[in-house]
Amino acid sequence: MPDVVVIGAGAVGAACAYYAARAGLDVVVVDRGPVAGGTTGAGEGNVLVSDKAPGPELDLALLSDGLWRDLAEHDGFEFEPKGGLVVAETARDLEALTGLAAGQGVEHTAVAARELGEYEPHLARGLAGGVFYPRDAQVQPMLAAATLIRRGAERFGRGALMLRTGVAVTGFLRGGDRVTGVRTDHGDILAGAVANAAGVWGGQVAALAGVRVPILPRRGFVLVTEPIPEPVIRHKVYTAAYVANVASESEELETSAVVEATPSGPVLVGASRERVGFDRTTSVPVLERLARQAVALFPVLAGRRVIRAYCGFRPYCPDHLPVIGADPRAPGLHHACGHEGAGIGLAPATGHLLAQVLAGLTPDLDLRPFRPDRFKEERR
Amino acid sequence: MSAVYDLAVIGAGPAGVAGALSACLAGLDVVLVDAAARPGGQYFRHLPEGFGARRQGALHHGLDRFARQWEALGERATVLLGHRVWAVERAGTLVVRCLEGDREERPRTVAARTLLIATGAHDRPLPFPGWDLPGVLTAGGAQALLKGDLVVAGHEVVVAGTGPFLLPVAAGLAEAGADVLGVYEANSRFGLAGHPLLAASRVAEALGYGASLARRRVPYRGRHAVVEAHGEDRLTHVTVARLDAHWRPVATRTLECDTLAYGYGFVPQLELPVQLGCETRHGLDGAPVVAVDAGMRTSVPGVYAAGETTGVGGAALAEAEGRVAGRAVAADLGRRVPPLPALSRRVDRLSAFAGALLEAYPVRPGWQGWLRGDTLVCRCEEVPLSAVREALELGATDARSVKLLARPGMGWCQGRMCSHAVAWLAGEDPAPPRRPIAQPVRLGDLAAMTESPEEG
Repeated sequence: MPDVVVIGAGAVGAACAYYAARAGLDVVVVDRGPVAGGTTGAGEGNVLVSDKAPGPELDLALLSDGLWRDLAEHDGFEFEPKGGLVVAETARDLEALTGLAAGQGVEHTAVAARELGEYEPHLARGLAGGVFYPRDAQVQPMLAAATLIRRGAERFGRGALMLRTGVAVTGFLRGGDRVTGVRTDHGDILAGAVANAAGVWGGQVAALAGVRVPILPRRGFVLVTEPIPEPVIRHKVYTAAYVANVASESEELETSAVVEATPSGPVLVGASRERVGFDRTTSVPVLERLARQAVALFPVLAGRRVIRAYCGFRPYCPDHLPVIGADPRAPGLHHACGHEGAGIGLAPATGHLLAQVLAGLTPDLDLRPFRPDRFKEERR
Repeated sequence: MSAVYDLAVIGAGPAGVAGALSACLAGLDVVLVDAAARPGGQYFRHLPEGFGARRQGALHHGLDRFARQWEALGERATVLLGHRVWAVERAGTLVVRCLEGDREERPRTVAARTLLIATGAHDRPLPFPGWDLPGVLTAGGAQALLKGDLVVAGHEVVVAGTGPFLLPVAAGLAEAGADVLGVYEANSRFGLAGHPLLAASRVAEALGYGASLARRRVPYRGRHAVVEAHGEDRLTHVTVARLDAHWRPVATRTLECDTLAYGYGFVPQLELPVQLGCETRHGLDGAPVVAVDAGMRTSVPGVYAAGETTGVGGAALAEAEGRVAGRAVAADLGRRVPPLPALSRRVDRLSAFAGALLEAYPVRPGWQGWLRGDTLVCRCEEVPLSAVREALELGATDARSVKLLARPGMGWCQGRMCSHAVAWLAGEDPAPPRRPIAQPVRLGDLAAMTESPEEG
């Protein structure tokens, strides 16, 4: 019998499993699909500190940043510490941006308008300035998640970490109040504890245990260009509007330019946010807006072809904070989900902290801001 | 102001043209869109101006009929050739986003109350060692060369793969002067010889090709396949294997040739119906197809599909389905359409036969044993089999997750060539393609597009 069943083999589930196995626990990861097939496989691989306001999420991001670098060094996968350049279109935006940077206490450099070209030679003229964050990074998220599970299995002893794909959780086993395992379409799995790392489907998994965790999908599209051999874009570049959109409460479509190159050549163009449920149908106006904003930021991209686009669903909670920790309403059940668009970046810290909880240790960060029962019943 | 058509038809092959014409004859205002500069799709690709009509007739069964329909359509409908559709969406009306022209392409938008998707199918090659050598063509590609410009694809040609489509390809090449060394069918020859539907015209046609090949002493072998292509800079010879029932090689020999034309069936092009959220189902050969009712209605109101997108079945079935769809659209838009029970019976008969063909010429799993670790599975991204296997070991279980981990299908063709093979390597049936952008489009064009359709 494993000590922990982790539900979900995305980046967060993989990190939970990795750190739990490192803490000496036996772990089984189940996923109804393949490894990294959900939101992890539909993002850009952001590991960002720049877009977080001071507070618990920034603390989580800073812890994660160090852990990512450590993992990349020891476990060998594509990790690019390329830095992020946030640009402001107006003097007012720039003021807000530098104000945020001052409050974060994160390593950064204010970049005057005339210096922007030194960072990004192809950036449009006429911008007000920006802030450069050297700690912003990018990973190939699917490979990172799959590699974490693989390395965990190799490093922490045979049988300590097992991945079972194509296994769907259909319910929970209970001993009295306590959650003692999961029911699946491939039989029951008894376990000391269960970790819900089902991402945007985390609310549905929680409901199987009779508890409410209000996670809903926030759809995003990404455009992918043909491979561009010369390095046209050096850093992750995004506009100040992105920071505002990340924190926004709106259900309406919001877009802001996020542009970056990948090691294999294509340029990725994001980011859109809208609440339309799990609707995958193509929305041309969204794609057009993404293209317009990217070309405004990098006119050189106008002649490049988009060969692909994809969409995914960010798991968001009403207060934009993830849900991490033991659920007092269902003893034995733990959550590690609801990271919205920051799940890749925040995965190692989430896994590390949850592993500490599972191993009976005091977590390195105060988990109270992330507790699963913090939401008022029926918010609206 | 913007014109809104009653019906937009995508695809000027047999299904699209018949559908558009039927709808016109029922009184609808129709626009037909196709990427190619000429109508006909894969079946009736027109010959260039000035080439003899006599030869056309020899190469194209049913071309005269198609040409008459095309002429009739031209008098009644708006026809937009050279328009590549990169997206369809519902925005009040149904909106078709196109790119017009080749080099100096420009965006164009067409709006209609209903949509008929007749985008056909493309070849399904399977990977095997050497398939990326110059001189190795898809069977459809070789036939397109023949039909398009009467170029003889090569001097010494081997035809291989599965399905009755190999026969007209081989016959066409032989008629055009190529020395066809053999046709290697991986399943049994004439898999339908004992089938109760033998009387249907398609088998007679296939047998006719068989006779033509026999006259030219072209060997037609069942349970044989080309399992490797050899050559330094281009194809010089192939390894032909005799196969067991699972397509595992039993014995091999080599054959010198400069061209290999091969194909293992077809992949229906489903990008556009999937963009709209149309339900799909698995066809009899495992390939996903659009689910339709007896009136060719998809699960999305106002959206219809006909031809190979609803299941590969050949030109005659495509045309019949197109007619059914065009009439259903007209009826659904309130036009009086007299019932035509003979047409429904024809569709039933032809689709039963098409289904029997798909069952008689499946792809069997033994082909996976022809590959080596360094055999490229995806040519665009140069992904070898070993990388696909690594992705499967990491926990990928389907073509999409293999793509995300190892990149097959990430390149220029977006998996059109390799996605079925990758799905089978992952041990599952191929899934419908998710491609919000069906054709490459310049960021500048995407950025400059207007939100409201322009005049049609």
